[in-house]
Amino acid sequence: MFQNIGEMLALLWRTLQALPLTWRHRHKVYDQLFEIGNASLLMACILSLFIGGVIALQTGPLLAERGLSGYVGGIVGNAICKELAPVMMSILIAGRIGSAMAAEIGSMRVYQEIDALRTMNINPVHYLVLPRLVAISCALPILVVFSVMVGWMGGALVAVYNNQIGISFQAYFSNLRELVDLGKVVNGLFKSFIFAVVVGVVSCHQGLQTIGGPRGIGRSVTKAVVNSIVLILILDYFVTRFLMYLD
Amino acid sequence: MNAPVTTQQGVRVTVRGLRRSFLGQPVLKGLNFEVDRGEIFVVMGPSGSGKSVLLKHIIGLETPDEGEILIEGESIQSPGVMDKYRMAMVFQSGALFNSLTVGENVGLYLSEHRLQAADEIARIVTEKLEIVGLKGQEDRSPSELSGGMKKRVAIARALVIEPQLILYDEPTSELDPLMAVTIGDEVIKLNRRIRVTSIVVTHDRDLAFGIADRIALMADGQILTVGKPEEVKSNPHPQIQKFLTADFNLNKERTPL
Repeated sequence: MFQNIGEMLALLWRTLQALPLTWRHRHKVYDQLFEIGNASLLMACILSLFIGGVIALQTGPLLAERGLSGYVGGIVGNAICKELAPVMMSILIAGRIGSAMAAEIGSMRVYQEIDALRTMNINPVHYLVLPRLVAISCALPILVVFSVMVGWMGGALVAVYNNQIGISFQAYFSNLRELVDLGKVVNGLFKSFIFAVVVGVVSCHQGLQTIGGPRGIGRSVTKAVVNSIVLILILDYFVTRFLMYLD
Repeated sequence: MNAPVTTQQGVRVTVRGLRRSFLGQPVLKGLNFEVDRGEIFVVMGPSGSGKSVLLKHIIGLETPDEGEILIEGESIQSPGVMDKYRMAMVFQSGALFNSLTVGENVGLYLSEHRLQAADEIARIVTEKLEIVGLKGQEDRSPSELSGGMKKRVAIARALVIEPQLILYDEPTSELDPLMAVTIGDEVIKLNRRIRVTSIVVTHDRDLAFGIADRIALMADGQILTVGKPEEVKSNPHPQIQKFLTADFNLNKERTPL
Protein backbone atom coordinates (compact mmCIF):
# COMPACT_ATOMS: atom_id res chain seq x y z
CA MET A 1 0.00 0.00 0.00
CA PHE A 2 2.77 2.47 0.98
CA GLN A 3 4.61 1.61 -2.24
CA ASN A 4 1.45 2.45 -4.21
CA ILE A 5 1.04 5.76 -2.40
CA GLY A 6 4.69 6.58 -3.06
CA GLU A 7 4.33 5.75 -6.75
CA MET A 8 1.17 7.85 -7.03
CA LEU A 9 2.87 10.83 -5.37
CA ALA A 10 5.82 10.41 -7.74
CA LEU A 11 3.42 10.31 -10.71
CA LEU A 12 1.69 13.46 -9.42
CA TRP A 13 5.03 15.20 -9.03
CA ARG A 14 6.14 14.25 -12.57
CA THR A 15 2.81 15.49 -13.92
CA LEU A 16 3.09 18.78 -12.02
CA GLN A 17 6.58 19.24 -13.46
CA ALA A 18 5.08 18.80 -16.93
CA LEU A 19 2.35 21.43 -16.36
CA PRO A 20 4.14 24.06 -18.51
CA LEU A 21 3.59 21.68 -21.47
CA THR A 22 -0.21 21.83 -21.08
CA TRP A 23 -0.66 24.33 -23.92
CA ARG A 24 1.15 21.96 -26.27
CA HIS A 25 -1.27 19.19 -25.35
CA ARG A 26 -4.35 21.43 -25.32
CA HIS A 27 -6.16 19.45 -28.03
CA LYS A 28 -5.93 16.30 -25.92
CA VAL A 29 -7.18 18.30 -22.91
CA TYR A 30 -10.19 19.52 -24.96
CA ASP A 31 -10.91 15.93 -26.05
CA GLN A 32 -10.83 14.76 -22.46
CA LEU A 33 -13.01 17.65 -21.29
CA PHE A 34 -15.55 16.77 -23.96
CA GLU A 35 -15.46 13.11 -22.90
CA ILE A 36 -15.97 13.99 -19.24
CA GLY A 37 -18.77 16.48 -19.93
CA ASN A 38 -20.47 14.20 -22.41
CA ALA A 39 -20.33 11.19 -20.12
CA SER A 40 -21.28 12.89 -16.87
CA LEU A 41 -23.32 16.08 -17.24
CA LEU A 42 -26.77 14.55 -17.65
CA MET A 43 -26.14 11.95 -14.96
CA ALA A 44 -24.79 14.67 -12.62
CA CYS A 45 -27.91 16.79 -13.11
CA ILE A 46 -30.33 13.90 -12.47
CA LEU A 47 -28.37 12.77 -9.40
CA SER A 48 -28.19 16.30 -7.97
CA LEU A 49 -31.87 17.03 -8.56
CA PHE A 50 -32.86 13.98 -6.53
CA ILE A 51 -30.23 14.50 -3.82
CA GLY A 52 -31.47 18.07 -3.28
CA GLY A 53 -35.04 16.79 -3.27
CA VAL A 54 -34.43 14.03 -0.76
CA ILE A 55 -32.63 16.32 1.70
CA ALA A 56 -35.58 18.69 1.60
CA LEU A 57 -37.91 15.70 2.00
CA GLN A 58 -36.02 14.36 5.02
CA THR A 59 -35.49 17.64 6.85
CA GLY A 60 -38.52 19.70 5.74
CA PRO A 61 -41.31 17.90 7.68
CA LEU A 62 -39.18 17.79 10.86
CA LEU A 63 -38.52 21.52 10.62
CA ALA A 64 -42.16 22.23 9.72
CA GLU A 65 -43.36 20.36 12.84
CA ARG A 66 -41.27 22.77 14.91
CA GLY A 67 -42.33 25.82 12.90
CA LEU A 68 -38.90 26.13 11.27
CA SER A 69 -39.81 25.22 7.69
CA GLY A 70 -38.27 28.47 6.48
CA TYR A 71 -34.84 26.99 7.20
CA VAL A 72 -35.13 24.24 4.58
CA GLY A 73 -33.39 26.41 1.98
CA GLY A 74 -30.37 27.03 4.20
CA ILE A 75 -30.02 23.38 5.19
CA VAL A 76 -30.32 22.07 1.64
CA GLY A 77 -28.04 24.84 0.36
CA ASN A 78 -25.27 24.13 2.85
CA ALA A 79 -25.46 20.35 2.59
CA ILE A 80 -25.32 20.44 -1.19
CA CYS A 81 -22.56 22.96 -1.75
CA LYS A 82 -20.26 22.04 1.12
CA GLU A 83 -20.54 18.28 1.15
CA LEU A 84 -22.88 16.38 -1.12
CA ALA A 85 -22.14 17.95 -4.49
CA PRO A 86 -18.33 17.64 -4.24
CA VAL A 87 -18.39 14.13 -2.77
CA MET A 88 -21.19 12.69 -4.93
CA MET A 89 -19.82 14.19 -8.14
CA SER A 90 -16.32 12.91 -7.32
CA ILE A 91 -17.69 9.41 -6.75
CA LEU A 92 -19.65 9.66 -10.00
CA ILE A 93 -16.54 10.80 -11.86
CA ALA A 94 -14.47 8.02 -10.26
CA GLY A 95 -17.00 5.50 -11.56
CA ARG A 96 -17.51 6.92 -15.02
CA ILE A 97 -14.27 8.67 -15.92
CA GLY A 98 -11.69 7.11 -13.58
CA SER A 99 -12.67 3.65 -14.75
CA ALA A 100 -12.45 4.70 -18.41
CA MET A 101 -9.01 6.26 -17.83
CA ALA A 102 -7.68 3.14 -16.10
CA ALA A 103 -9.13 0.89 -18.82
CA GLU A 104 -7.77 2.97 -21.71
CA ILE A 105 -4.27 3.40 -20.29
CA GLY A 106 -4.29 -0.20 -19.05
CA SER A 107 -5.13 -1.56 -22.47
CA MET A 108 -2.44 0.67 -24.01
CA ARG A 109 0.02 -0.83 -21.56
CA VAL A 110 -1.06 -4.42 -22.21
CA TYR A 111 -0.99 -3.98 -26.00
CA GLN A 112 2.49 -2.36 -25.90
CA GLU A 113 1.30 1.08 -27.05
CA ILE A 114 3.06 2.68 -24.06
CA ASP A 115 6.26 0.81 -24.95
CA ALA A 116 5.83 2.15 -28.49
CA LEU A 117 5.59 5.70 -27.10
CA ARG A 118 8.80 5.20 -25.14
CA THR A 119 10.65 3.87 -28.18
CA MET A 120 9.58 7.06 -30.00
CA ASN A 121 11.06 9.04 -27.10
CA ILE A 122 7.59 10.33 -26.17
CA ASN A 123 7.07 10.57 -22.41
CA PRO A 124 3.87 8.66 -21.47
CA VAL A 125 3.31 11.00 -18.51
CA HIS A 126 3.27 14.03 -20.82
CA TYR A 127 1.25 12.30 -23.53
CA LEU A 128 -1.29 10.37 -21.44
CA VAL A 129 -1.39 11.53 -17.82
CA LEU A 130 -0.99 15.31 -18.13
CA PRO A 131 -4.01 15.95 -20.42
CA ARG A 132 -6.24 13.67 -18.35
CA LEU A 133 -5.24 15.18 -15.03
CA VAL A 134 -5.62 18.75 -16.27
CA ALA A 135 -9.01 17.96 -17.85
CA ILE A 136 -10.45 16.19 -14.81
CA SER A 137 -9.18 18.94 -12.46
CA CYS A 138 -10.99 21.56 -14.55
CA ALA A 139 -14.10 19.51 -15.29
CA LEU A 140 -15.00 18.30 -11.81
CA PRO A 141 -15.31 21.76 -10.18
CA ILE A 142 -17.42 22.90 -13.19
CA LEU A 143 -19.60 19.82 -12.78
CA VAL A 144 -19.96 20.64 -9.07
CA VAL A 145 -21.21 24.15 -9.94
CA PHE A 146 -23.93 22.55 -12.10
CA SER A 147 -24.65 20.02 -9.38
CA VAL A 148 -25.02 22.72 -6.70
CA MET A 149 -27.47 24.73 -8.80
CA VAL A 150 -29.55 21.73 -9.81
CA GLY A 151 -29.46 20.32 -6.25
CA TRP A 152 -30.73 23.61 -4.83
CA MET A 153 -33.48 23.56 -7.44
CA GLY A 154 -34.41 19.96 -6.51
CA GLY A 155 -34.69 21.00 -2.86
CA ALA A 156 -36.83 23.99 -3.84
CA LEU A 157 -39.26 21.88 -5.85
CA VAL A 158 -39.82 19.51 -2.92
CA ALA A 159 -40.02 22.37 -0.39
CA VAL A 160 -42.68 24.12 -2.45
CA TYR A 161 -44.78 21.20 -3.73
CA ASN A 162 -44.61 18.86 -0.72
CA ASN A 163 -47.69 19.43 1.45
CA GLN A 164 -45.83 18.78 4.71
CA ILE A 165 -43.39 21.63 3.99
CA GLY A 166 -45.25 23.96 1.63
CA ILE A 167 -43.11 27.09 1.60
CA SER A 168 -42.73 29.49 -1.33
CA PHE A 169 -39.79 29.61 -3.76
CA GLN A 170 -39.08 33.11 -2.46
CA ALA A 171 -38.89 31.95 1.18
CA TYR A 172 -36.68 28.98 0.22
CA PHE A 173 -34.14 31.03 -1.74
CA SER A 174 -34.24 33.92 0.71
CA ASN A 175 -33.16 31.57 3.52
CA LEU A 176 -30.63 29.91 1.24
CA ARG A 177 -29.05 33.29 0.41
CA GLU A 178 -28.99 34.18 4.08
CA LEU A 179 -27.17 31.00 5.20
CA VAL A 180 -25.00 30.18 2.18
CA ASP A 181 -22.33 32.63 1.10
CA LEU A 182 -19.83 32.47 -1.75
CA GLY A 183 -17.11 31.21 0.60
CA LYS A 184 -19.06 28.01 1.26
CA VAL A 185 -19.46 27.36 -2.44
CA VAL A 186 -15.74 27.96 -2.94
CA ASN A 187 -15.01 25.47 -0.10
CA GLY A 188 -16.95 22.84 -2.02
CA LEU A 189 -15.13 23.66 -5.25
CA PHE A 190 -11.77 23.41 -3.49
CA LYS A 191 -12.72 19.97 -2.18
CA SER A 192 -13.81 18.84 -5.62
CA PHE A 193 -10.49 20.00 -7.10
CA ILE A 194 -8.58 17.89 -4.56
CA PHE A 195 -10.82 14.88 -5.29
CA ALA A 196 -10.36 15.36 -9.04
CA VAL A 197 -6.59 15.17 -8.63
CA VAL A 198 -7.03 12.02 -6.52
CA VAL A 199 -9.27 10.32 -9.12
CA GLY A 200 -6.95 11.33 -11.98
CA VAL A 201 -3.74 10.20 -10.31
CA VAL A 202 -5.17 6.95 -8.92
CA SER A 203 -6.77 5.99 -12.26
CA CYS A 204 -3.76 6.85 -14.41
CA HIS A 205 -1.44 5.07 -11.97
CA GLN A 206 -3.56 1.93 -12.01
CA GLY A 207 -3.64 2.05 -15.82
CA LEU A 208 0.13 2.39 -16.06
CA GLN A 209 0.62 -0.49 -13.60
CA THR A 210 -1.57 -2.91 -15.56
CA ILE A 211 -0.05 -6.30 -16.26
CA GLY A 212 -1.50 -9.36 -17.95
CA GLY A 213 -4.29 -9.42 -20.49
CA PRO A 214 -7.96 -8.43 -20.28
CA ARG A 215 -8.17 -9.77 -16.73
CA GLY A 216 -5.38 -7.40 -15.72
CA ILE A 217 -7.26 -4.49 -17.27
CA GLY A 218 -10.40 -5.45 -15.34
CA ARG A 219 -8.41 -5.65 -12.12
CA SER A 220 -6.93 -2.19 -12.72
CA VAL A 221 -10.34 -0.67 -13.39
CA THR A 222 -11.79 -2.13 -10.19
CA LYS A 223 -8.80 -0.97 -8.16
CA ALA A 224 -8.94 2.50 -9.70
CA VAL A 225 -12.60 2.99 -8.77
CA VAL A 226 -12.44 1.42 -5.31
CA ASN A 227 -9.19 3.16 -4.31
CA SER A 228 -10.47 6.51 -5.61
CA ILE A 229 -13.71 6.27 -3.62
CA VAL A 230 -11.95 5.18 -0.43
CA LEU A 231 -9.41 8.01 -0.75
CA ILE A 232 -12.16 10.56 -1.51
CA LEU A 233 -14.09 9.61 1.64
CA ILE A 234 -10.98 9.60 3.86
CA LEU A 235 -9.64 12.85 2.44
CA ASP A 236 -13.09 14.45 2.72
CA TYR A 237 -12.80 14.38 6.51
CA PHE A 238 -9.31 15.88 6.58
CA VAL A 239 -10.00 18.53 3.94
CA THR A 240 -13.19 19.51 5.80
CA ARG A 241 -11.20 19.84 9.04
CA PHE A 242 -8.61 21.94 7.23
CA LEU A 243 -11.26 24.22 5.71
CA MET A 244 -13.00 24.59 9.11
CA TYR A 245 -9.65 25.56 10.60
CA LEU A 246 -9.21 28.21 7.88
CA ASP A 247 -12.74 29.56 8.56
CA MET B 1 16.01 16.91 -27.01
CA ASN B 2 19.21 18.18 -25.44
CA ALA B 3 21.92 15.94 -26.85
CA PRO B 4 23.19 16.67 -30.37
CA VAL B 5 21.44 14.43 -32.91
CA THR B 6 23.81 12.40 -35.06
CA THR B 7 23.29 12.25 -38.81
CA GLN B 8 25.26 9.08 -39.64
CA GLN B 9 23.26 6.11 -40.87
CA GLY B 10 23.49 2.87 -38.94
CA VAL B 11 24.93 2.48 -35.45
CA ARG B 12 27.06 -0.22 -33.87
CA VAL B 13 25.34 -2.16 -31.08
CA THR B 14 27.31 -4.06 -28.46
CA VAL B 15 25.70 -6.44 -25.98
CA ARG B 16 28.05 -7.30 -23.15
CA GLY B 17 27.42 -9.82 -20.36
CA LEU B 18 23.65 -9.27 -20.42
CA ARG B 19 21.78 -11.07 -17.63
CA ARG B 20 18.17 -10.71 -16.60
CA SER B 21 15.88 -12.68 -14.31
CA PHE B 22 12.15 -12.37 -13.68
CA LEU B 23 10.91 -13.57 -10.27
CA GLY B 24 14.18 -15.41 -9.73
CA GLN B 25 13.89 -17.21 -13.07
CA PRO B 26 16.89 -16.41 -15.32
CA VAL B 27 15.71 -15.39 -18.81
CA LEU B 28 18.94 -13.98 -20.26
CA LYS B 29 22.08 -15.78 -19.10
CA GLY B 30 25.06 -13.61 -20.01
CA LEU B 31 24.70 -12.65 -23.68
CA ASN B 32 27.64 -11.22 -25.65
CA PHE B 33 27.57 -10.13 -29.29
CA GLU B 34 28.13 -7.13 -31.51
CA VAL B 35 26.09 -5.84 -34.45
CA ASP B 36 27.93 -3.79 -37.07
CA ARG B 37 26.73 -0.57 -38.65
CA GLY B 38 24.23 -1.20 -41.43
CA GLU B 39 24.03 -4.93 -40.75
CA ILE B 40 20.87 -7.06 -40.76
CA PHE B 41 21.32 -9.19 -37.67
CA VAL B 42 18.72 -11.86 -37.05
CA VAL B 43 18.15 -13.42 -33.64
CA MET B 44 16.48 -16.81 -34.02
CA GLY B 45 15.32 -19.31 -31.52
CA PRO B 46 12.36 -21.22 -30.20
CA SER B 47 9.52 -19.49 -28.35
CA GLY B 48 10.44 -18.59 -24.78
CA SER B 49 14.18 -18.47 -25.48
CA GLY B 50 14.38 -14.79 -24.44
CA LYS B 51 14.51 -13.14 -27.90
CA SER B 52 11.85 -10.48 -27.28
CA VAL B 53 13.23 -9.70 -23.81
CA LEU B 54 16.64 -9.18 -25.44
CA LEU B 55 15.08 -6.74 -27.93
CA LYS B 56 13.40 -4.77 -25.13
CA HIS B 57 16.78 -4.45 -23.40
CA ILE B 58 18.46 -3.23 -26.59
CA ILE B 59 15.98 -0.38 -26.98
CA GLY B 60 16.03 0.49 -23.29
CA LEU B 61 12.54 -0.65 -22.33
CA GLU B 62 14.02 -3.04 -19.76
CA THR B 63 16.97 -2.60 -17.42
CA PRO B 64 19.44 -5.50 -17.17
CA ASP B 65 20.38 -7.08 -13.85
CA GLU B 66 23.97 -7.31 -15.07
CA GLY B 67 25.85 -6.32 -18.21
CA GLU B 68 25.26 -3.49 -20.62
CA ILE B 69 24.00 -2.53 -24.06
CA LEU B 70 26.19 -0.02 -25.87
CA ILE B 71 25.11 2.10 -28.83
CA GLU B 72 28.27 3.43 -30.48
CA GLY B 73 30.01 2.82 -27.15
CA GLU B 74 27.42 4.64 -25.00
CA SER B 75 25.16 2.78 -22.61
CA ILE B 76 21.50 2.75 -23.69
CA GLN B 77 20.61 3.56 -20.07
CA SER B 78 22.66 6.76 -19.99
CA PRO B 79 20.65 9.97 -20.31
CA GLY B 80 20.53 11.52 -23.75
CA VAL B 81 21.28 8.38 -25.77
CA MET B 82 17.67 8.07 -26.91
CA ASP B 83 17.84 11.70 -28.04
CA LYS B 84 21.23 11.35 -29.70
CA TYR B 85 20.52 8.25 -31.78
CA ARG B 86 17.31 7.66 -33.67
CA MET B 87 15.94 4.23 -32.86
CA ALA B 88 12.68 2.54 -33.72
CA MET B 89 10.99 -0.72 -32.94
CA VAL B 90 8.36 -2.63 -34.90
CA PHE B 91 6.36 -4.53 -32.31
CA GLN B 92 4.98 -8.02 -32.85
CA SER B 93 1.41 -6.76 -32.53
CA GLY B 94 2.17 -3.53 -34.38
CA ALA B 95 1.30 -1.57 -31.19
CA LEU B 96 -0.63 1.01 -33.20
CA PHE B 97 -2.64 3.57 -31.26
CA ASN B 98 -6.27 2.64 -31.73
CA SER B 99 -7.47 6.12 -30.83
CA LEU B 100 -5.54 7.59 -33.79
CA THR B 101 -5.95 7.13 -37.53
CA VAL B 102 -3.31 5.39 -39.62
CA GLY B 103 -1.95 8.77 -40.75
CA GLU B 104 -1.80 10.12 -37.20
CA ASN B 105 -0.04 6.94 -36.06
CA VAL B 106 2.61 7.25 -38.73
CA GLY B 107 3.13 10.97 -38.14
CA LEU B 108 3.04 10.81 -34.34
CA TYR B 109 6.81 11.05 -33.83
CA LEU B 110 7.06 14.18 -35.98
CA SER B 111 3.99 15.88 -34.51
CA GLU B 112 4.82 15.13 -30.88
CA HIS B 113 8.42 16.32 -31.23
CA ARG B 114 7.27 19.24 -33.42
CA LEU B 115 9.85 18.43 -36.04
CA GLN B 116 7.78 19.50 -39.07
CA ALA B 117 4.80 21.66 -39.96
CA ALA B 118 1.44 19.91 -40.32
CA ASP B 119 1.40 19.92 -44.14
CA GLU B 120 4.97 18.61 -44.30
CA ILE B 121 4.05 15.83 -41.84
CA ALA B 122 1.11 14.90 -44.09
CA ARG B 123 3.48 14.72 -47.08
CA ILE B 124 5.99 12.54 -45.21
CA VAL B 125 3.22 10.25 -43.94
CA THR B 126 1.93 9.75 -47.51
CA GLU B 127 5.47 9.06 -48.73
CA LYS B 128 6.18 6.46 -46.01
CA LEU B 129 2.82 4.76 -46.48
CA GLU B 130 3.55 4.55 -50.19
CA ILE B 131 6.87 2.81 -49.44
CA VAL B 132 5.04 0.06 -47.54
CA GLY B 133 2.28 -0.15 -50.16
CA LEU B 134 -0.45 1.53 -48.14
CA LYS B 135 -0.95 4.80 -49.99
CA GLY B 136 -4.39 6.30 -49.42
CA GLN B 137 -5.00 4.51 -46.10
CA GLU B 138 -4.26 7.59 -43.97
CA ASP B 139 -7.80 8.11 -42.67
CA ARG B 140 -8.56 4.53 -41.75
CA SER B 141 -8.60 3.32 -38.16
CA PRO B 142 -6.08 0.61 -37.14
CA SER B 143 -9.02 -1.60 -36.13
CA GLU B 144 -10.09 -1.73 -39.81
CA LEU B 145 -6.73 -3.14 -40.97
CA SER B 146 -5.60 -6.73 -41.43
CA GLY B 147 -2.64 -8.12 -39.46
CA GLY B 148 -0.27 -7.61 -42.39
CA MET B 149 -1.42 -4.03 -42.96
CA LYS B 150 -0.94 -3.24 -39.27
CA LYS B 151 2.63 -4.54 -39.46
CA ARG B 152 3.30 -2.40 -42.52
CA VAL B 153 1.83 0.68 -40.82
CA ALA B 154 4.14 -0.06 -37.87
CA ILE B 155 7.08 -0.20 -40.30
CA ALA B 156 5.97 3.11 -41.88
CA ARG B 157 5.80 4.62 -38.39
CA ALA B 158 9.36 3.42 -37.78
CA LEU B 159 10.51 4.80 -41.17
CA VAL B 160 9.29 8.30 -40.26
CA ILE B 161 11.89 8.39 -37.49
CA GLU B 162 14.59 7.80 -40.15
CA PRO B 163 16.17 5.42 -37.67
CA GLN B 164 19.80 4.51 -37.31
CA LEU B 165 18.77 1.35 -35.52
CA ILE B 166 15.54 -0.51 -36.18
CA LEU B 167 14.35 -3.50 -34.18
CA TYR B 168 11.74 -5.92 -35.49
CA ASP B 169 9.94 -8.25 -33.10
CA GLU B 170 8.58 -11.26 -35.02
CA PRO B 171 7.76 -9.19 -38.12
CA THR B 172 6.19 -12.11 -39.99
CA SER B 173 4.23 -13.84 -37.24
CA GLU B 174 0.51 -14.22 -38.03
CA LEU B 175 1.16 -13.39 -41.70
CA ASP B 176 0.54 -15.51 -44.78
CA PRO B 177 3.66 -16.54 -46.76
CA LEU B 178 3.15 -13.86 -49.43
CA MET B 179 2.87 -11.10 -46.88
CA ALA B 180 5.86 -12.51 -44.97
CA VAL B 181 7.94 -12.22 -48.17
CA THR B 182 6.72 -8.61 -48.65
CA ILE B 183 7.76 -7.72 -45.12
CA GLY B 184 11.13 -9.42 -45.60
CA ASP B 185 11.63 -7.41 -48.80
CA GLU B 186 10.79 -4.21 -46.92
CA VAL B 187 13.45 -4.99 -44.30
CA ILE B 188 16.10 -5.51 -46.99
CA LYS B 189 15.02 -2.47 -49.08
CA LEU B 190 15.11 -0.23 -46.05
CA ASN B 191 18.52 -1.52 -45.08
CA ARG B 192 19.91 -0.89 -48.58
CA ARG B 193 18.28 2.53 -48.92
CA ILE B 194 19.42 4.14 -45.67
CA ARG B 195 22.02 1.66 -44.34
CA VAL B 196 20.13 1.35 -41.08
CA THR B 197 21.30 -1.27 -38.58
CA SER B 198 18.52 -3.84 -38.29
CA ILE B 199 18.02 -6.40 -35.56
CA VAL B 200 15.27 -8.87 -36.35
CA VAL B 201 13.89 -11.31 -33.81
CA THR B 202 12.07 -14.23 -35.40
CA HIS B 203 11.52 -17.96 -35.35
CA ASP B 204 10.71 -17.91 -39.07
CA ARG B 205 13.63 -19.82 -40.62
CA ASP B 206 12.80 -18.73 -44.19
CA LEU B 207 12.82 -15.06 -43.23
CA ALA B 208 16.01 -15.40 -41.21
CA PHE B 209 18.01 -17.13 -43.94
CA GLY B 210 16.48 -14.88 -46.60
CA ILE B 211 17.44 -11.52 -45.13
CA ALA B 212 20.24 -11.96 -42.58
CA ASP B 213 23.82 -10.81 -42.90
CA ARG B 214 24.47 -12.73 -39.68
CA ILE B 215 22.31 -14.90 -37.46
CA ALA B 216 22.44 -15.54 -33.72
CA LEU B 217 20.66 -18.65 -32.54
CA MET B 218 19.29 -18.47 -29.00
CA ALA B 219 17.99 -21.19 -26.75
CA ASP B 220 17.14 -21.08 -23.06
CA GLY B 221 18.50 -17.56 -22.56
CA GLN B 222 21.88 -18.27 -24.14
CA ILE B 223 23.38 -17.73 -27.57
CA LEU B 224 24.34 -21.06 -29.12
CA THR B 225 26.05 -19.63 -32.18
CA VAL B 226 26.58 -16.40 -34.13
CA GLY B 227 27.62 -16.39 -37.75
CA LYS B 228 26.76 -15.99 -41.40
CA PRO B 229 23.65 -17.94 -42.51
CA GLU B 230 25.69 -20.70 -44.16
CA GLU B 231 27.91 -21.02 -41.06
CA VAL B 232 24.87 -21.39 -38.83
CA LYS B 233 23.31 -23.90 -41.22
CA SER B 234 26.42 -26.07 -41.20
CA ASN B 235 26.96 -25.89 -37.45
CA PRO B 236 26.83 -29.49 -36.15
CA HIS B 237 25.54 -28.53 -32.65
CA PRO B 238 22.60 -30.95 -32.11
CA GLN B 239 20.28 -28.27 -30.63
CA ILE B 240 20.93 -25.99 -33.63
CA GLN B 241 20.35 -28.77 -36.13
CA LYS B 242 17.19 -29.83 -34.30
CA PHE B 243 15.80 -26.26 -34.54
CA LEU B 244 16.82 -25.79 -38.18
CA THR B 245 15.61 -29.14 -39.47
CA ALA B 246 12.42 -29.57 -37.41
CA ASP B 247 9.56 -30.56 -39.71
CA PHE B 248 6.31 -32.48 -39.71
CA ASN B 249 6.89 -36.19 -40.01
CA LEU B 250 4.34 -36.96 -42.69
CA ASN B 251 5.38 -40.64 -42.97
CA LYS B 252 4.29 -41.37 -39.42
CA GLU B 253 1.11 -43.47 -39.34
CA ARG B 254 -1.86 -41.53 -38.04
CA THR B 255 -4.17 -42.91 -35.43
CA PRO B 256 -7.70 -43.05 -36.90
CA LEU B 257 -10.17 -40.66 -35.32
